[in-house]
Amino acid sequence: MSSENEFKQQVRSLYQKLIAAFGLIAIAVFAFIYVALNPSVLQNKPEETAIITIPEVEGKIENGIHVATGFIDGTGLTEVIQNCTNCHSAKLVTQNRMTKEGWVATIRWMQETQNLWDLGNQEEAIVNYLATNYAPQKKGRREVLTDIEWYPLEK
Amino acid sequence: MKRRSFISKGTLGTFSAILGTDIVFGNTIPLGYKPLALQDPDPFKLFQKDSDMTVLNNKPWNIEAKAHLLDDKITPNKFMFIRNNGLIPENIDVNKWSLTIDGESVQKSKTYSLSELKSKFQQHTYQLTLECGGNGRSEFNPPAKGNQWTIGAVSCANWTGIRLRDVLEDVGIKNDAVYIGYHAADIHLSRNPEKEPISRGVPIAKAQQDETLLAFKMNGEDIPLAHGYPLRLVSGGWPASTSGKWVNRISIRNKEHDGAKMTGTSYRVPCEPVAPGEKVADEDMCIIESMPVKSLITYPKSGAMIKEGQSLNIRGHAWAGELEVSKMEYSIDFGSTWNSCTIEKPVNRLAWQHFSAKISGFPKKGYYEVWARATDSQGTGQPMLLPGWNPKGYLNNACHRIAIKVV
Repeated sequence: MSSENEFKQQVRSLYQKLIAAFGLIAIAVFAFIYVALNPSVLQNKPEETAIITIPEVEGKIENGIHVATGFIDGTGLTEVIQNCTNCHSAKLVTQNRMTKEGWVATIRWMQETQNLWDLGNQEEAIVNYLATNYAPQKKGRREVLTDIEWYPLEK
Repeated sequence: MKRRSFISKGTLGTFSAILGTDIVFGNTIPLGYKPLALQDPDPFKLFQKDSDMTVLNNKPWNIEAKAHLLDDKITPNKFMFIRNNGLIPENIDVNKWSLTIDGESVQKSKTYSLSELKSKFQQHTYQLTLECGGNGRSEFNPPAKGNQWTIGAVSCANWTGIRLRDVLEDVGIKNDAVYIGYHAADIHLSRNPEKEPISRGVPIAKAQQDETLLAFKMNGEDIPLAHGYPLRLVSGGWPASTSGKWVNRISIRNKEHDGAKMTGTSYRVPCEPVAPGEKVADEDMCIIESMPVKSLITYPKSGAMIKEGQSLNIRGHAWAGELEVSKMEYSIDFGSTWNSCTIEKPVNRLAWQHFSAKISGFPKKGYYEVWARATDSQGTGQPMLLPGWNPKGYLNNACHRIAIKVV
């Protein structure tokens, strides 16, 4: 009996050791794969981060126009400046006129082809700002000439 | 992910954000937060443009002329419009500049140095009309998105270079060649090196015309940086976007070239006419080829006041894409009656033509408009109203007019 118990105990301890060994191997394999996929975890580099202070959107507004960019002052101006002037000039926005649908389509086009990021919960503010301040004006088939600078033409 | 969190933090105002090194171009982002006025150099000095030119966009640079600035028979650099899709290449080294001809339809791809191109092939000079496909876009209703060109995105300078055809002959192209597509050194606005700002081209027949050049001189001097230094493909009479700047590779394709801004709706108009504002599916949009007949009154400048009884001399240029202008007229009564102008022959094919007329008198004091109308060699004239609406606002060749007051 006792030798039988002893045998059982030996088997059990061997079994536990085997389980532990396999567990260690599994962990090692997992760790190896993880490191292989994310080589950066082993490079014990100091956090290469730069602290960049984003200046508050320069507040200077003259005659309802944000001086630095030329944008019309209005709700959503900050979001528009911060998301729409990284890649292109504000002028590309201010010279255009679109409906809400048109502005959304333009944002989608930029996201699909021009690396624009997801605007998240700011999209609504941006689109509303654009559709309000840069809405299409009816021009008909030909506009009258405007802004004519009159000058005497000497013969 | 991190970039997004950067953005959302940014919107809270004066927040500092942490930029990890894995953020592509992260180091360039803060530039956008400098007041634009401080960030931008003076474009007129930078590109030697006249200060009366209109800047439509500074990132990328898009600058247009006004009608009266285009009075010269040969457009000098200072009055030449700039239409860029991306950022101008940085650190150009002409000694290392090369041109590679590759693609499905070359026997074997070949690379030439710039000096090789200049010495190996015969050089030619042509005066070539380059007009942006979107010139006149600002007038469309409903409006089309993009740079809102008025009338000044056209030029006609002298271009000196070698014929693309000669280079293609030297390389050896296969019979199945259909299209050529250029590739260039300009930088995508996102600064993603994987993306090309623009890579367009022309059918092989246009590529093989006498006047289709690989140019290295404009008006007898090195091409200005903004216009494609040191090597530009020039295909006159077609949307200027087919005249690739800073060219370093040309692919000979066995199908329509499918580079950036060749596909989708770019430089395309509805294959069949549509009502203003109508949605058009991509597959129903066709590539623009030759530009339509058009003209500009370059003298006098709009707004001239003349004395009663005084005559008025007018002049300008007219062009018609691949065709010639065969008739030029003006009207001082909004098209009720038309009078003919003198129109010169082009100095070479694809160059604009000069017109002039003497308006001997206006019937009475008051406000007038002088309208000009060109008709091409196939009898097609310019419309007085906007031509067919199209989603991207291309090909507005409506008559140009100037305001005159008789006092």
